[in-house]
Amino acid sequence: MTTQILGRSRTNLHLHKNLSFLLGYLVSKSTATSSSSSFQSGGVPFVKCRHAPPPYASSLLGNNSATRLCFWRSESTKAEAQLDLQHYVSEDEDEQVIDFPGGKVAFTPEMTFMAESGQKRVPCYRVLDNNGEPVTFSNYVQVSKEMAVKMYSTMITLQTMDNIFYEVQRQGRISFYLTSAGEEAVNIASAAALSSDDIILPQYREPGVLMWRGFTPQQFADQLFGNTNDFGKGRQMPIHYGSKKHNYLTVSSPIATQLPQAVGAAYSLKMEGKSACAVTYCGDGSTSEGDFHAALNFAAVMEAPVVFICRNNGWAISTPVEQQFRSDGIVVKGQAYGIRSIRVDGNDALAVYSAVHTAREMAIREKRPVLIEALTYRVGHHSTSDDSTKYRPVDEIEYWKMARNPVNRFKRWVERNGWWSEKDELELRSRVREQLLQAIKAAEKEQKPPLEDMFNDVYDQLPSNLKEQERELRETMKKHPSDYPSDVPL
Amino acid sequence: MSAANLVRRIGGRWGSLVSQRGFSTTPTSIIENGAAAEQGVKSLNLYSAINQALHTALDSDPRSYVFGEDVSFGGVFRCTTGLADRFGKSRVFNTPLCEQGIIGFGIGLAAMGNRAIAEIQFADYIFPAFDQIVNEAAKFRYRSGNQFNCGGLTIRAPYGAVGHGGHYHSQSPEAFFCHVPGIKVVIPRSPRQAKGLLLSCIRDPNPVVFFEPKWLYRLAVEEVPEDDYMLPLSEAEVVRQGSDITLVGWGAQLSIMEQACLDAEKEGISCELIDLKTLIPWDKETVEASVKKTGRLLISHEAPVTGGFGAEISSSIVERCFSRLEAPVSRVCGLDTPFPLVFEPFYMPTKNKILDAIKSTVDY
Repeated sequence: MTTQILGRSRTNLHLHKNLSFLLGYLVSKSTATSSSSSFQSGGVPFVKCRHAPPPYASSLLGNNSATRLCFWRSESTKAEAQLDLQHYVSEDEDEQVIDFPGGKVAFTPEMTFMAESGQKRVPCYRVLDNNGEPVTFSNYVQVSKEMAVKMYSTMITLQTMDNIFYEVQRQGRISFYLTSAGEEAVNIASAAALSSDDIILPQYREPGVLMWRGFTPQQFADQLFGNTNDFGKGRQMPIHYGSKKHNYLTVSSPIATQLPQAVGAAYSLKMEGKSACAVTYCGDGSTSEGDFHAALNFAAVMEAPVVFICRNNGWAISTPVEQQFRSDGIVVKGQAYGIRSIRVDGNDALAVYSAVHTAREMAIREKRPVLIEALTYRVGHHSTSDDSTKYRPVDEIEYWKMARNPVNRFKRWVERNGWWSEKDELELRSRVREQLLQAIKAAEKEQKPPLEDMFNDVYDQLPSNLKEQERELRETMKKHPSDYPSDVPL
Repeated sequence: MSAANLVRRIGGRWGSLVSQRGFSTTPTSIIENGAAAEQGVKSLNLYSAINQALHTALDSDPRSYVFGEDVSFGGVFRCTTGLADRFGKSRVFNTPLCEQGIIGFGIGLAAMGNRAIAEIQFADYIFPAFDQIVNEAAKFRYRSGNQFNCGGLTIRAPYGAVGHGGHYHSQSPEAFFCHVPGIKVVIPRSPRQAKGLLLSCIRDPNPVVFFEPKWLYRLAVEEVPEDDYMLPLSEAEVVRQGSDITLVGWGAQLSIMEQACLDAEKEGISCELIDLKTLIPWDKETVEASVKKTGRLLISHEAPVTGGFGAEISSSIVERCFSRLEAPVSRVCGLDTPFPLVFEPFYMPTKNKILDAIKSTVDY
């Protein structure tokens, strides 16, 4: 009951904001709460419909028949209202204000320190409960059968890929691997909500986005084995995928470095007038890096169409979030930078889909960044070089693996709609498994990239020092052939 | 950080505070926009030459951008004067005070096929962006197998002594960047060089760090062609022919070295002076040919001697010219202290230090 009331008052608030936006009605109340209550007492009818978009939404949404917004605004509109600084000061209070660069600020005789964090934690938007049942009063972007089946199938493919490659690493056939277990919904649902023109600047636990865009099992395997077909020419560790064709910039190991780059990419899209945005991913640990803060601030100031998706999976290798930051996690950081933000259940594919879809619309249409904090859990170890049972309880892992499993939850919903059966499941799993085993076999047999690829691409052309070093190396190799791997073509 | 910001924000007054320092190849007086000596050529100081290069770059490519701290009003050294008015605030703009953000943003912009010309207000403040430069910009092409690159990125930063800059407005951090495969490091010695080299850097398909000798911004004046011209990268220039000893340097130090050459000449020593211009990838061949001729090498830079780029040049040339050398390679560089305010005259690799080293090398 409490959550429903909360939900209603929030809905009121953003209706109010929308009206003010449309009718030019100036909000002069000092706080969001009071404006909200005054609105309620004003007797404007509370919109009860769950699925019909407000009349003004259709023009903003275009004619996308595959998706339909129930309410076009996200819950984060509340943050927008609070940020509208001018609303704090009315014109007749000129002597009561300090006219400061950036806008007027009201004086107050009260010495009040802002609280270090909100009284309540920012709620987490979800659509499906743990059993895959849609939650009452939930507003979300509709997902068609075709889309839902593709989403579920890709989640299964990702899961299967992770299981197989993890084993392949354990067998010593590849040097390293890192799974997305537990974060399948953030991966796939966010990818599904985007357009293929959107530029992805990934961290490293988002292979599902690349998979959604059509990167094949063979291409994944080629990268992991670092063979001659690897787009990266065997230069980086496994899982550092990248594909120009799929607008997926190559992964680099340092965390958060991709975030300010995404702002630059987004600025370019804006300047070119493209109907696309940059989308960048990071983890909870990344939010402590300077680049995270640089990126959020730049994105807000540059009004760049970029969507930041932070997978808060609770753990940065062995560092839990309590040792990572204070206050209420990541979502609250957005407002300080002037960025609309939402916290979403990262294990709820429909919620992630809706939030990312809506964020993308806002980013492109309004030329602004959006921050999404997805609460999820890294069910696997950080990587094959890690044993997470050394620093976190097995019970915790099991709880997230079983009770809060994002794939199972989405499956229940898809099955309930009659879109998926056990037969489909068995067929898919065996097909994917077969494809992957074939891909691994082929990747393993493929030769390594040629030696010249060690020297190419440092610059656009080979400078004289590299030419000299290549020449010298080849001479050394002739003298000491046994010092060098025999599987690299010369 | 706020104190540091306050200090750096006084930069706008720097030009006028610059003490006089001779630049032997050019008049020492400031002839800003002075009468053209010939058609299409104007006497320009170094900041105006940079400014002209930026006008040319923005004018010749609509997908080029200039940004950084305080660039919108013209920059603390006036290098970006008039750009925002002419090309608009969406192509020439201020950024928040955050160097890692500036370079990260620039990499993303460049990765989308734009020319991103980023200004770091002082080379002393480039370090927060070190990770973005070293781990990101430099490896962007290589790590993607040439699928992506940020070759359109050019990072401009004023470097070096200025007479009163102390620790944080005087440093010469070029050696840090010379240890990074994948970027180029370029430093001009004069206005004409600055314009031509900067245009080459901006149009080079690799990320470049371009250090501008801030002492010369107003002081060095030279005839600069008004048209769009480029000077080649990775090509050193023999500025002065000689037969007894080879001197190698770059940037503001070139003029000091040239004065030493003139004084040495009076004592009957013939010096060959080479401006390296591009530090990586550097033109080893030109230096090698010169040293094979003279048999002696002296390298001079403002940065601390230990681990400076002079060490790299010395080592490479010893490898190639050992049997031709008639004396140990000499280095006349900054001392291994933080850049000191009051003690700057003691720290600097001055003309007479160079002259002494020339003489002792020749007399070895």
